[in-house]
Amino acid sequence: MEALDIISYFLLLGLLLAAVKVVTTSNVIHAAISLVFTLALTAGTFLLLSAEFVALVIVLVYIGAVIVLFLFGIMITRAPLGQNAELDNEKNKGLALGVSLSIFGIFSYVMLNTFDSQINTTSGTSTELLGEILLSRFVFPFEVVSFVLLAALIGGITLARQDNALMDENQI
Amino acid sequence: MIDGSQVLVTAGIILAFALNGAVIFTILDVKGASWMQRRPGPLHVGLRGFIFPLAEIIKFFQKEDITPTNVDSAVFKWAPAYVLASVFGLFVVVPISPTLVGSDLDLGVFYLLAISSLSTLGVLTAGWSSANKYSLMGGIRAAGQLIAYELPLILAVVGVVIQAETMSLVGIVEKQIEFGLPFVLSGQGLAFLIFMVAATAEMMRVPFDMPIGESELVSGFLTEYSGVRFLIFYIAEYMNMFVLCAVASTLFLGGYHVPLLPTEWVNFYGPVVLLTKTVLLGFILVLVRWSFPRFREDQLQNLAWKVLIPLSLLNILITSIMKVVF
Repeated sequence: MEALDIISYFLLLGLLLAAVKVVTTSNVIHAAISLVFTLALTAGTFLLLSAEFVALVIVLVYIGAVIVLFLFGIMITRAPLGQNAELDNEKNKGLALGVSLSIFGIFSYVMLNTFDSQINTTSGTSTELLGEILLSRFVFPFEVVSFVLLAALIGGITLARQDNALMDENQI
Repeated sequence: MIDGSQVLVTAGIILAFALNGAVIFTILDVKGASWMQRRPGPLHVGLRGFIFPLAEIIKFFQKEDITPTNVDSAVFKWAPAYVLASVFGLFVVVPISPTLVGSDLDLGVFYLLAISSLSTLGVLTAGWSSANKYSLMGGIRAAGQLIAYELPLILAVVGVVIQAETMSLVGIVEKQIEFGLPFVLSGQGLAFLIFMVAATAEMMRVPFDMPIGESELVSGFLTEYSGVRFLIFYIAEYMNMFVLCAVASTLFLGGYHVPLLPTEWVNFYGPVVLLTKTVLLGFILVLVRWSFPRFREDQLQNLAWKVLIPLSLLNILITSIMKVVF
């Protein structure tokens, strides 16, 4: 076993613990912070797999933007210190367990079925190559995704500004 | 593969560079204030008070590290660590000379932007966990500001990346040496201005210090911090200022090289040149700090969303057109 293998086992163990903490803690901010650790360790795992672009995207988009928006949203609405019993929903625990287990099963099945025969070690993905493929072979899906994002952006603004006519423009 | 001793040497260089940078910028800020406002400033420690940061550090270590009773203890105690980790992470890719660089990543610029977004997390959690209205207000203001100004910062850098055709910071400097002029004089002047304004906002310095706002929010998200934890925020602020100035020098001002100097000696004069440029930029920030009043919160958000982001998009458009034409 190489040193890198040992490091990756520790990373994965930490990942598991952090992920469990996200769903078991009864404080919503603690859950968000555990999610940060989960994502940071995921990024670390991707780094060990020499996929530095994916790792950095996780840090930039998920930790830097999504989680910060989560925290921001939680804090400007309500975020009591200490334990919050409302976070646990006893009724749906079985359902949640079933859904998560089935997602895990489906993903594992698809992954193993697709890549099991062709696991090959590479020296890592070149970001330059990734960029070229993204803008040549996959340019159509790429544009479609950006179109969807634009539509979501405009939709969000429209929803948020619905009551604008009622407000005096000078008050804003 | 990973070489242990190399990692240690890199870490040592980064630590020395970061901490000394913070000390230099503290001196610059405080002495600059005393010169500009004709007040004595620090005078007693060392020659004309120039090593007062040492006394300051010792003072903070002596102070009691108070954790108020009702705060969320674990979150409160670890909040400074995120900020510090983010700032140290930034130093990794800044090239002090062609060979003296923590790690010359292919994705250097992208890495910088990803890592710099982590400090928001520290500030937000610090504000929330303090269990204090002023802290929470400060934390939320800080997060709103950091999110708003991160966009022009990223978009301004995109112009440089398009012009240099690389994201490696060493590569960007090499492109500027090859071209003969730093990017600020060859098409990225607007991007430089946007970058510096956005970077000042990221540092939360006057005129963008709404989150600290000592006359209305006591001291924002720092209100409940004392002793070593306050010192960590304080040092991180100056290290952040130093590293963002160093990044601006690298991206826009030619980094470790100045035109006309022989490139084969760059390993000798490189660190001095980069440090000089960084300190000059820092001096401009000090001048700005002690000259301008604080922005109001709405003015601050308007500046980011209505002025800087459209301008930086315009800059990307112009740069791309120029890139295709020439």
